[in-house]
Amino acid sequence: MSKQIKIKKGLDLKLAGAAEKKTKSLNLKNYALKPTDFHGLFPKLLVRVGDKVKAGSPVFFDKYRDNIIFTSPVSGTITDVIRGEKRKMLEIRIEADGNDSFETFKQADPKSLKKEEVIDELLKSGVWPVIRQRPYTVIANPADQPKAIFISGFDTAPLAADIDYILEGKEKEFQTGLDALSMISDAKIHLNLGPNSKAPALVNAKGVEINSFSGPHPAGNVGIQIHHIDPINKGDIVWTVNAADVLTIGRLFLEGKYNADKMIALCGSEIKNPQYYNVKSGVEMGGLLKDQLKSDHVRVISGNVLTGTKVDRSGYLSFYDKEVTVIPEGDVYEFFGWLIPSPKKHSFYRTAFSWLTPNKVYKPNTNVNGGERAFVFTGALEKVLPMDIYPIQLMKAIMAEDIDMMEQLGIYELDEEDFALCEYISTSKINMQELIRKGLDMMRIEMS
Amino acid sequence: MKFIRNILDSVKPHVQKGAKFHFMHSMYDAADTLFFVPNTVTKSGSHIRDGVDMKRSMFVVVIALIPALLFGMWNTGQLHFQSLGQEVDIMDAFLYGLLKVLPIIAVSYGVGLGIEIAFAQGRGHEVNEGFFVSGMLIPLIVPVSTPLWMVAIAVAFAVIFGKEVFGGTGMNIVNPAILTRAFLFFAYPQSMSGDSVWIAENAHKVDSITGATPLAELTAGHGPMFAGADLSPLEMLIGNYPGSIGETSTIAILIGAAILLYTGVASWKVMFSFIGGGLVMGLIFNAFAANAYMELPAWEHLLLGGFAFGAVFMITDPVTATQTEVGKWIYGFFGGLIAILVRVVNPAYPEGVMLAILFMNIFAPLIDHYVVESNIKRRLKRAKVATN
Repeated sequence: MSKQIKIKKGLDLKLAGAAEKKTKSLNLKNYALKPTDFHGLFPKLLVRVGDKVKAGSPVFFDKYRDNIIFTSPVSGTITDVIRGEKRKMLEIRIEADGNDSFETFKQADPKSLKKEEVIDELLKSGVWPVIRQRPYTVIANPADQPKAIFISGFDTAPLAADIDYILEGKEKEFQTGLDALSMISDAKIHLNLGPNSKAPALVNAKGVEINSFSGPHPAGNVGIQIHHIDPINKGDIVWTVNAADVLTIGRLFLEGKYNADKMIALCGSEIKNPQYYNVKSGVEMGGLLKDQLKSDHVRVISGNVLTGTKVDRSGYLSFYDKEVTVIPEGDVYEFFGWLIPSPKKHSFYRTAFSWLTPNKVYKPNTNVNGGERAFVFTGALEKVLPMDIYPIQLMKAIMAEDIDMMEQLGIYELDEEDFALCEYISTSKINMQELIRKGLDMMRIEMS
Repeated sequence: MKFIRNILDSVKPHVQKGAKFHFMHSMYDAADTLFFVPNTVTKSGSHIRDGVDMKRSMFVVVIALIPALLFGMWNTGQLHFQSLGQEVDIMDAFLYGLLKVLPIIAVSYGVGLGIEIAFAQGRGHEVNEGFFVSGMLIPLIVPVSTPLWMVAIAVAFAVIFGKEVFGGTGMNIVNPAILTRAFLFFAYPQSMSGDSVWIAENAHKVDSITGATPLAELTAGHGPMFAGADLSPLEMLIGNYPGSIGETSTIAILIGAAILLYTGVASWKVMFSFIGGGLVMGLIFNAFAANAYMELPAWEHLLLGGFAFGAVFMITDPVTATQTEVGKWIYGFFGGLIAILVRVVNPAYPEGVMLAILFMNIFAPLIDHYVVESNIKRRLKRAKVATN
């Protein structure tokens, strides 16, 4: 039975530099796979520098789950393997040759295949990693039986790419992707739509349960949706897929190849012409940002400003992201900045004055706007976390490494991104997403 | 401002680790962050952060205290001259009070911040803004005649044993300002109670002015009296009668309350449930009405003594209050209830707000525990329903 859920708690941030709804295709040369995009992964290389690969050729796999492999998004040559501290693998760089040669996979209606065949195709082609599991937000284990699969059909994060726009005219790919997902488990698929979701791909989706959500960010976060529809208890597993990634699954079965095409939004106050681009997964920032930056002193974020990853200006798009946001760096001193009310700064609180101008569009920089303190003020975090969870108590349990308490307070239901707004509004300037991830990692080790 | 930045930048290398003046690093840091929001940028998690920090939030509380402080200064001077039988204008009274109160503020901040900075240095932390507020609260809740050395000792005790031993601001169990007051009360009762401490340089020139607080008169079996006559509700509201420096004027406190509630810095749940608890207890006593104190109308309790000040500035301290929203109702309600209970029933001391808040501070973690426990039970129940 489909549900209608109204989220009341949360906060919509209005930032400058929203992407205009027009699309340009870019054929860029450099791509990379970043093992760091996948939590809890131990990558083992299958290629060497200089090897030729096709789109869909295996590049590395997970040491502890060797059926989970990662494949090249383009055909070309492996040019470099970048390692960090303790030889941690950071990037496997691939230079495209422009030939577009693909590895071939089974081209068939997923509904005509057996469950094992669908899973096998997804694994072989390297598309499987788009399916992640809760708790822990790691790549799903194909042997697991999830209790539900959740897809969020809208994104409420600041400047997020519009999923409606991404899915426009791609009804067939999307439906084929959903069909494939319906084959890999017996679980019900929940497709959650926002108040403005109009794309035919979403509205007319078949074989899924459509729920509608409304309310401010984080209503579009899949974790919040799970909490309100089918919350995760101890021992439960729920799989999640980004709506845009359902297209990749669909194309695998429609075209019989790993088609890593991706539509992304290039946005943020420091971008000259914010708009959408057709690129491929793992694309280079260099080509994307060329002649697009308004100034030099900027932060490039793969993803949105709340949950994205900082990348180098010569870095690469992360695997799950559908936007690149560029905002000014904030490494400047501000004279009595804590006292003088600045119209440039947004605040959740009434101790500043930005609440008087609710429709104003802001251009925030990366300054922390204060120093780190202990938890002092209470009652605010709850206002932006639409879950029946006590945020401060949970974070203190994580700080104290109290596994039992973490479990009792509902850590299984959480992902870092659900705490992003709490982190944003924190007057104590505590890095909460890092803390939640630490707790999740602790739980994962404890439970394995 | 460039000029100040240059000075700070030129001092900076000398207070870093290994440099000669490293022992002054925390002091430098406090000054630096007072003048400038630091240039640190986000390293993990959300790339942008809210424009408001701890300093600003705490500063709002200090602003909210200013009406009570200014009134307290005037009242100090006014009562002094009134007790001498002299009529003076507002400015003269205020200036006299200013000179009496400023030293207490200076000692409170000097001792408290000194200890805070020393501990921050030892721990390698930044100086927390908590004492920003405590340092202003303390002068407002002591009698004006409190000797400065007593203030210094009490502040040192409260900051070290009330706060720093637990790990500093955010970790303390009882409100440091209330602890300062309690320390003074139990260590130096002769300077904290009685009829002679509430008016500066009380000379008893005018017989009708005894210097007793209205609450003391009530305990003695009179009405809420001052200067030979019962206080009218308007006088209770204005607050021109003896008491701790900042506690008497309900109007000045209400201005502060408006600021705190409007900005959301203090929890309205705690504030209103505290008042509700006080009213309920007052009404219970009215029903029995066995003596003058019990007969005092319940709502007049709210205007007298430290009740209003406690409700607005003390019980609402977020660190020592309950941290769950449900807990806040329970916490505030029982705080108010106990305040009036102690006030009326305790024969030795005519006020109960301080003890009630201390008591509730200690019970806050227990209340939270049960509220959180109910959340845990809800989650377990959900899991059981799901498996059935």
